[in-house]
Amino acid sequence: MSEMQKLFTRCLTPKTELPRMLVLYAGALSWLLMFGGWCALSYGELVPTMFLPSPLDVLQAGIRLFKDGTLVNHVLASVEVVVIGFVVSSAIAVPLGLLMGSFRIVQAVMDPPVNFIRYLPVTSFVPLFILWIGIGLEQRIAVIIFGVFFQQLVMISDVSRSVGKDLINASYTLGCSRRDVLLHVLGPASLPGVLDTLRVTIGWAWTYLVVAEMVAASSGLGYISLKAMRGLQVDVIFLAIAVIGLLGLLTDQLFRLLRLKVCAWAQ
Amino acid sequence: MGTVTMNTPSSIDFQDPQDTVTCASPRLQIRNVNLQFSTPGGGSFTALGDVSLDVPDQQFAVIVGPSGCGKSSLLYLTAGLNEPTGGEIRVGGARITSPGADRGMVFQGYTLFPWLTVRQNIEFGLKRRNMPAAQRREVVDHYLAEVNLLGFADNFPKQLSGGMMQRVAIARALANDPQILLMDEPFGALDSQTRHQMQRLLLRVWEHSKKTVVFVTHDIDEAILLGDRVFVMGAKPGRIRKVLDIPLERPRHVGVEMEPEFIALKREILDLLHDEIGDEPDNE
Repeated sequence: MSEMQKLFTRCLTPKTELPRMLVLYAGALSWLLMFGGWCALSYGELVPTMFLPSPLDVLQAGIRLFKDGTLVNHVLASVEVVVIGFVVSSAIAVPLGLLMGSFRIVQAVMDPPVNFIRYLPVTSFVPLFILWIGIGLEQRIAVIIFGVFFQQLVMISDVSRSVGKDLINASYTLGCSRRDVLLHVLGPASLPGVLDTLRVTIGWAWTYLVVAEMVAASSGLGYISLKAMRGLQVDVIFLAIAVIGLLGLLTDQLFRLLRLKVCAWAQ
Repeated sequence: MGTVTMNTPSSIDFQDPQDTVTCASPRLQIRNVNLQFSTPGGGSFTALGDVSLDVPDQQFAVIVGPSGCGKSSLLYLTAGLNEPTGGEIRVGGARITSPGADRGMVFQGYTLFPWLTVRQNIEFGLKRRNMPAAQRREVVDHYLAEVNLLGFADNFPKQLSGGMMQRVAIARALANDPQILLMDEPFGALDSQTRHQMQRLLLRVWEHSKKTVVFVTHDIDEAILLGDRVFVMGAKPGRIRKVLDIPLERPRHVGVEMEPEFIALKREILDLLHDEIGDEPDNE
């Protein structure tokens, strides 16, 4: 009994490590509660099926759409938008952000517009993008880029700014040129922070995807959930949400593993 | 970390570490060096006022002084990481205008590259000047042995203790074969036992390499134990108050701290530093 009491006290003590099994059980429990709650509400008919499908309904909708090939097509369409938008955004934001954090002058030039633009709501630009770019793939990609780019820029410039001055001084005394400092010190020192930023922002890319696909699109997971709403196919909406969640989880884990592999020194 | 710091080098030109030296001139010459900062109130603060000192080749020079006397600033100026307001500094006869590999430095904080192994850290400077791999390996192995870290070549810095990290930092600076080794309170962050071990290790490494060293510390025992000559500095403005030669025989044997000569030197420096606190009641 006193063992239980001790464990209980540790649970209530800030920053105290707990047995691994307890942590795993706690995580499993929250999934179980969520799923159990869903089952109770749907199978117990506390909420009408029209508003809340049962887990089985969603699974069946998934199988149905998978069999007729539409699910795969829509998933691929969404992945295409997120991947292209995210890669284009990151390809510019990472080097530019590193320069912003390393060179005061780049920061001085970039800071005012970036800090203004990054607070503009992405959704308010969707009509403008449609007007400018039309309703094709490019428009959806533009929404992702606009949603992610400025946040990445600020976060990555913070990463490179936080590299210690001592480290840079030390490299000068070892014979580094300014170019060497950029390539051999600031670059590698920023890598873990850059990967963390990418991991966080790809989650935002998935969020903006639905915004992009709901307004003007003829394919994608956002599109099918909007179409399903009109047809009152609430099971398909749930399916689309679940698939986006799983894809988000997948990309998140990919970046986590990449960081573990590439930046083992920073763990 | 502030975004703007004072010690930003104005230009980074690699200086040839093999600069020719005329035998007569000292390895390091500091002539009438001033360092002033403008304060936010519009005034100016003199961190170093007209400091001059010479360090001959192969001498172990120690600068000791109270905090705020500008002893670290003097080292940063010598490294070329900051520019003096007036005066000049010459190393091997060449005037210092920028940092370079000819002046190796060991910092108080841990400055190993965390993404590189111990071996890669030590060979960092050698790689920058394109030394062939086989030769690099030889140099690194030599200095790994010097600092007793042969078994740790492939470890990352996070796997090392503070003392071990500073040993790597010393090896990294020496592997570059600089004209002069600058050390800014390198053992200040270590516990006292580790510090003693590090002092002993540094003495041994120095006996082997006979590099010209400028070592900054606020620890009087450390200054006497290590130095051939001790520069005692005072604050406001930072200046050299006294130059003491340390006649203790080399190599310094264990227990030298107990000898009357050592204690007499310690008393002399203590009195000087005590004055400093006495006539500057608002000194930090």
